Amino acid sequence: MPEAKAPLPALDPGNTPFWTGGCNGELLICRCGSCRRWLHPPVPICRFCLSTDVAPEPSSGRGNVLTYTINRQQWLPSLPPPYVIAVIGLDDDLDLRVTSRLAGVEPEQVSNGMRVRVCFEEAGDVWLPLFMPEGTADE
Amino acid sequence: MSDCGTGAVISGIGQSDVGRRLGRSGLSLTVEAVLDALADSGLDRADIDGLSTWPGGSGPAPGFTGAGVFDVKDALGLNLEWFSGGSETAGQLGAIVNAVAAIRAGLATHVLCFRTVWESTAQTAGRRASVIGSGGERVSGSHQWMVPFGAVSAANWAALLASRHFHEFGTTREQVAGLATTLRANAALNPKAVLRDPMTIEDYLNARMISEPLCLFDCDIPVDGSTAVIISAAGAMADLAAKPVGIEAMGSALRGRPYWDQYQDLTSMAAQDAAEALWRNTTLTARDVDVAQLYDGFSILTLIWLEALGLCGRGEAGPFVAGGGRIARTGELPVNSGGGQLSAGRLHGFGHLHEACVQLRGLGDDRQVPGDPEVAVVAAGGGYLAGALLLTRYR
Repeated sequence: MPEAKAPLPALDPGNTPFWTGGCNGELLICRCGSCRRWLHPPVPICRFCLSTDVAPEPSSGRGNVLTYTINRQQWLPSLPPPYVIAVIGLDDDLDLRVTSRLAGVEPEQVSNGMRVRVCFEEAGDVWLPLFMPEGTADE
Repeated sequence: MSDCGTGAVISGIGQSDVGRRLGRSGLSLTVEAVLDALADSGLDRADIDGLSTWPGGSGPAPGFTGAGVFDVKDALGLNLEWFSGGSETAGQLGAIVNAVAAIRAGLATHVLCFRTVWESTAQTAGRRASVIGSGGERVSGSHQWMVPFGAVSAANWAALLASRHFHEFGTTREQVAGLATTLRANAALNPKAVLRDPMTIEDYLNARMISEPLCLFDCDIPVDGSTAVIISAAGAMADLAAKPVGIEAMGSALRGRPYWDQYQDLTSMAAQDAAEALWRNTTLTARDVDVAQLYDGFSILTLIWLEALGLCGRGEAGPFVAGGGRIARTGELPVNSGGGQLSAGRLHGFGHLHEACVQLRGLGDDRQVPGDPEVAVVAAGGGYLAGALLLTRYR
């Protein structure tokens, strides 16, 4: 699958852990220090218990594909299709999801429920958390 | 007057020329729509004391908005008691909800509402209007959780919902074809529609994929055009020339998480919340609806609105639209009688609102829904944007 180059996120104090944790191989996601629920996108308060004791923690980076789409349209010159966009349900919390792009898998091999794990793609000052099938060679 | 639940009516409707690459400014289109609405209502410029629009003067992509509150206020020399323009409201129809709220609060009596797009001309000028980050800039806000992974178009975001809907409920492209082909048939009867050549189910199934399972004909068509409506206090009826349309109820609730990918049910969206609120605000029910104008920026959004509004069962929108018989102009529930955004063009929710008024006033000419429709539901928005209106023929 060709490499996709999409516009990057603008880093700010709230989102920097998520977008740069990959430099240490970590998918950093906000977690409530009080009720221990995971919270994404990053927030300074827990929407479950309203505790402000919220800080990024390394997540398992493992989960399954909840839904996906094979993008076939070339939207930008730097984004050659096809590539697969997926919503990943992470194992750490029932309600914890991230949208990402799948790597290391042919689009036609993707299915709902497929097990995946995080991998990182360095892009300037951010590390994009992508997901690849569990059990792929370099694991 | 007592049968108008919100105490507000739609006293006039107007629309500019609609088309592709019209080469006109957004403000020019807006002025045309506004003058049309004023003439329809019989109101004078001096009667207009409120102004409301979505998303205001700036948008995320070229051509996404053609005029803001201040542009129109100044161009028309309006004296305003109240005004509002912005995107953080209950979808495109949030501009109407806000106008009704202002009228009910006594801040204004006749509120001019408009929505203008000129994406077709803006795209021709060199930039793809519907892609986030096409200028190479970094992304922030909620877009940052989608765009860096290549989900740069709303087509991708909607495709994720469609994919899950197909997976959970067995919805198929063959079923969805019934929606696309029906709307194309409706568009053939609408002189302002941009795509009027017949479409067969085969045409649909053979269309190229955009973001699976959405193909080209699941995506609406960028156009240039402006729609204006005037919302008036029901108590100010004496001023009016046209037969008004009653605003029976509105739904503007937002309960689930405000993201395309974080709404609890990945086969639905904020439409669920707005629809639930709509029915809580009226004694009418889904069974009373004679005609439905449901947002179709992407075909799957119409399916989700059908289910959210209870116009069909949960997960049953695929079978409901299959073959097109039920949703045809002559079917049990006519949907998007003007061709919708899929075939008439992306007037972004306000086209649906205009068409609902046309049908309730019996102005549909060749495309008039038979049986003198009395109740119309209008719903607009996708993802975390959702608003719904229940309109009635004024008695």
